[in-house]
Amino acid sequence: MTLKTDTSTQSATAGLPQVSLARNPGIELDLDWALGVQANTSAIERRAASLPGRRSVKKAFQAAWLCKAVSLIDLTTLSGDDTEGRVRRLCAKARQPVRPEILEAIGMQGLTTGAVCVYHDMIETAVRALEGTGIPVAAVSTGFPAGLSPLHLRILEIEESVKAGASEIDIVISRRHVLTQNWQALYDEMAAFRAACGPAHVKAILATGELGSLRNVARASLICMMAGADFIKTSTGKESVNATLPVSLVMMRAIRDYHARTGHMVGYKPAGGISKSKDAVTYLALLKDELGPRWVQPDLFRFGASSLLGDIERQLEHHVTGAYSAQYRHPMG
Amino acid sequence: MNIPDIFETMDYGPAPESNAEALEWIATHGGKFGHFIGGAFTKPAKGFETRNPATGAVLAQVSQADSKVVAEAVAAARKAQPKWAALPGHGRAKVLYALARLLQKHSRLFAVLESMDNGKPIREARDIDIPLATRHFYYHAGMAQLMEAELADRAALGVCGQIIPWNFPLLMLAWKIAPALAMGNTVVLKPAEYTPLTALLFAQICDEAGVPAGVVNIITGDGETGAALVEAEVDKVAFTGSTEVGRAIRRATAGTGKSLTLELGGKSPYIVFDDADLDSAVEGLVDAIWFNQGQVCCAGSRLLVHEAVAEDFYKRLKVRMDGLRIGDPLDKCIDVGAVVDPVQLAQITSMVDGCSEGEVYRADTPLPEGCFYPPTLITGLSAASPLMQEEIFGPVLVSTTFRTPVEAVELANNTRYGLAATLWTENVNLALDIAPKLAAGVVWVNATNLFDAAAGFGGVRESGFGREGGWEGLLAYTKPKVALKGAAVPVPFAAPEGGTRPDLDRTAKMYVGGKQARPDSGYSQAIWGPKGALLGHVGIGSRKDVRNAVEAAGKARGWGKTTGHLRAQILFYLAENLSARAEEFAGRISDLTGTSKAKASAEVEASIARLFTYGAWADKFDGAAKPVPMRGVALAMNEPVGIIGALCPGEAPLLGLVTAISPAMAMGAPVVAVASEAFPLAATDFYQLLDTSDVPAGAVNILTGPVADLGATLAAHLEVDTLWNFADPALDADLQSAAAGNVKRTWTQRMDWSAPQAEGRAFLQAASEVKTVWVPYGEG
Repeated sequence: MTLKTDTSTQSATAGLPQVSLARNPGIELDLDWALGVQANTSAIERRAASLPGRRSVKKAFQAAWLCKAVSLIDLTTLSGDDTEGRVRRLCAKARQPVRPEILEAIGMQGLTTGAVCVYHDMIETAVRALEGTGIPVAAVSTGFPAGLSPLHLRILEIEESVKAGASEIDIVISRRHVLTQNWQALYDEMAAFRAACGPAHVKAILATGELGSLRNVARASLICMMAGADFIKTSTGKESVNATLPVSLVMMRAIRDYHARTGHMVGYKPAGGISKSKDAVTYLALLKDELGPRWVQPDLFRFGASSLLGDIERQLEHHVTGAYSAQYRHPMG
Repeated sequence: MNIPDIFETMDYGPAPESNAEALEWIATHGGKFGHFIGGAFTKPAKGFETRNPATGAVLAQVSQADSKVVAEAVAAARKAQPKWAALPGHGRAKVLYALARLLQKHSRLFAVLESMDNGKPIREARDIDIPLATRHFYYHAGMAQLMEAELADRAALGVCGQIIPWNFPLLMLAWKIAPALAMGNTVVLKPAEYTPLTALLFAQICDEAGVPAGVVNIITGDGETGAALVEAEVDKVAFTGSTEVGRAIRRATAGTGKSLTLELGGKSPYIVFDDADLDSAVEGLVDAIWFNQGQVCCAGSRLLVHEAVAEDFYKRLKVRMDGLRIGDPLDKCIDVGAVVDPVQLAQITSMVDGCSEGEVYRADTPLPEGCFYPPTLITGLSAASPLMQEEIFGPVLVSTTFRTPVEAVELANNTRYGLAATLWTENVNLALDIAPKLAAGVVWVNATNLFDAAAGFGGVRESGFGREGGWEGLLAYTKPKVALKGAAVPVPFAAPEGGTRPDLDRTAKMYVGGKQARPDSGYSQAIWGPKGALLGHVGIGSRKDVRNAVEAAGKARGWGKTTGHLRAQILFYLAENLSARAEEFAGRISDLTGTSKAKASAEVEASIARLFTYGAWADKFDGAAKPVPMRGVALAMNEPVGIIGALCPGEAPLLGLVTAISPAMAMGAPVVAVASEAFPLAATDFYQLLDTSDVPAGAVNILTGPVADLGATLAAHLEVDTLWNFADPALDADLQSAAAGNVKRTWTQRMDWSAPQAEGRAFLQAASEVKTVWVPYGEG
């Protein structure tokens, strides 16, 4: 077992306005624990399938929940054709995600998204565009999305991104370590990434759609947390299957288990495929029920999403006017 | 609360389902309901109020049916039955299909009404009760369609009296009415006093669906109405409810010839092995014991956890319990609704308050005023604790721990009940080993409370008998098309003046546990032939001999775990050995009964053939894999029914015995047979064949003596699971009444024992019970 070397960031908060918790310092790799975890696919799917029927929020509560969802979005652009102009437009949307008169009508002025998430080359643009807003910039890193570039370059990439001003780094794990059950390698890699992040928070992308089983998702979740991940995240958005409720249930339960045993609270980020207001509410209900209300805050939960915001905007306008809205009534990001 | 405040607290807030339409429907009936008889509602009469348990508000006035009303309803059903049964299956299928469609079309109205009348969360009524009820009608529309082709030798029973409980009012109605109608029966159904409304709404849609007048009759009332319905001129009584009432119904119908199915209480085990997905097993408990406020006959109410993970498991469970939301059943965001009635609440409260052992944990979650009970966990109990044995019928889970799989099975089966069982393990070897060992009619592996019309549901032991759903469920609503008549019950030949004596005295004893045993009474009786010859003596069996034989049979329960191939070999061997002594047996039959040598030889040949038949069946009475609507299988396994007490026919001294014991042997059910009272010596001669044919000790036990007395003792014996009366239907009243003790199955048959109907599936079905094992699967 390898002891993590980086303990310098235990109490650091990266200066993020919404962060108030001590970071997860990680623990020694505990394989007895990780490998003892089971995940029964059918049972997990049943729980996930029945949840939307068990939880429902209406009227003002629905509007408030949707505003909360906005505040939890990592507004994301991760395309090969991203330009500075495109990123500036996205940042403007992050600062003003919903039309001001709608926010005024519901008393939610000042609402912003949780963060903006971009590739490394767009960090500086984003940081400048968000100056003074307190909205953090997250960068995907470590050879995103496949994570198959040389390890030292992946670590260097993290360091460069932190230097460029990213306060959150979304790393991708090496799926092969999970598939070949090389848990030590997974732990070591994650610990190295965490160390490279320094004060920046690290989100571990498991690429759950490529891990083969929910049991592997559960085990990889625990091992990444043991190695010091601040967040665990489902997907890059580039896999054929991204965030799902069953996967989210497994990862949330792993977070709960980790918290129960170590006292450390680790965040959760489902990414990819969440595009409807109803889905967002369902995810938040699952989060609240499985992990408790404390997790429903930007320091412990994010949506990795690009099109979700548009649907929420229409729902909020409907809440205010009573009439269904149209997409073109809302400024694009 | 304004939006910025909610943004901080992230409360769920109210999410009410409107009750306007349901109230309006009640109002269109003036808030008062009569009975639905002969296709029309009667004028509302004196009766009682039905209330919303969540609010205490009166919903409607319903009428109390007395025996006169019951008789009218039964008469209406009787009048409609021949025409309904004569309708081609396709005709009945269309009506059942229309019922399914109408349930679907009015699904929200049914769901809201159910929630209001019963107190169950709207989520459950909407997502579980109503869709399952609808599915039941679709499924049985198909059964009506297929009846002529697939059940060509079966016919409707006639008029069915059906009494259903308050926990799943519409769903239980569907379970009762759909198969009855599909098979050409007509029904008089009584919903529970607390929850009559959805049945009355159903009555209304029967008209829309084109159900002919009199085919479905709904009468409302309390237990007295139910009792009157049981007493009425019905051909069948189907009851779902408490074991206590089930027993009373068993006694009330004893000897009447009414067909009976009982789906009764339970204290179902919920077993968590150390390799289970613990979080999913915790979540499963939410669906097991906090589903419908725990008012579920098959609720997983007895939690058995492996000691190694118990502490961890309880910790997780308590956290989950604290997250349950209790309150207004019509709120779409509620997990646990109202208990059905203050009477029930008081019952739950007093049972839990009376528990002086263990540690009681109540969910740390707000509890509204009124008819609500908090989700409760009681740990640290032992099998001896009353709450581990008694059905609470509320949201109360009791628990203890186990060390090994063997101990888990012992604890699970340490109950009078046997309705359902749940087990959680990721090990397929363990799951498929344990499931058959559990005394339960339904076993769920890594899931709980799964239901479907294609999968049989019903219990063993004091949880009742009969199955609902699947092909097996249709047995309870049909009878053989051709009714067979038996011969008159023979009487023994009297001792003559003088008479002849055998050259050498021969002593026939009892056959118990593979050995010949002297009668405990120390009394014997002489058996005389028709021409005054003393043929020998047999022991006069008594209570003690029954006790010994049942004990020996109990030790032979492992017989059912042997392979069908092995049992087939033994049956063939028995036939072979009988064949070798055919002449001797024919002579004995002739001497005993006075029948001709040719007829006696024919009886021996028929007996040999029958042994062959069941040798053939032993490895061919297949179960089924049911196509339930999920990723997984529901296995219908034919298991031995338990210990069979069999009263052999007086006539056919050899064939009658073989008819009784060989299907039992084929299924691996240990049997205690009472030999022909008039002509017992063929059975006692048979001992030697059993001895020389590798039949395991205790698998077949034979007693001689007075059938009425031995039958009565067997009927009352609490370890005997089934009583077959092939001897004398006149005994049924006493036997069936005594059988109520442990709610044992009874089966009475009289026929020409050489008829083709005297063997085959019907006998194998009587010697077995279907266990449905649900195995959801999937990975990824």
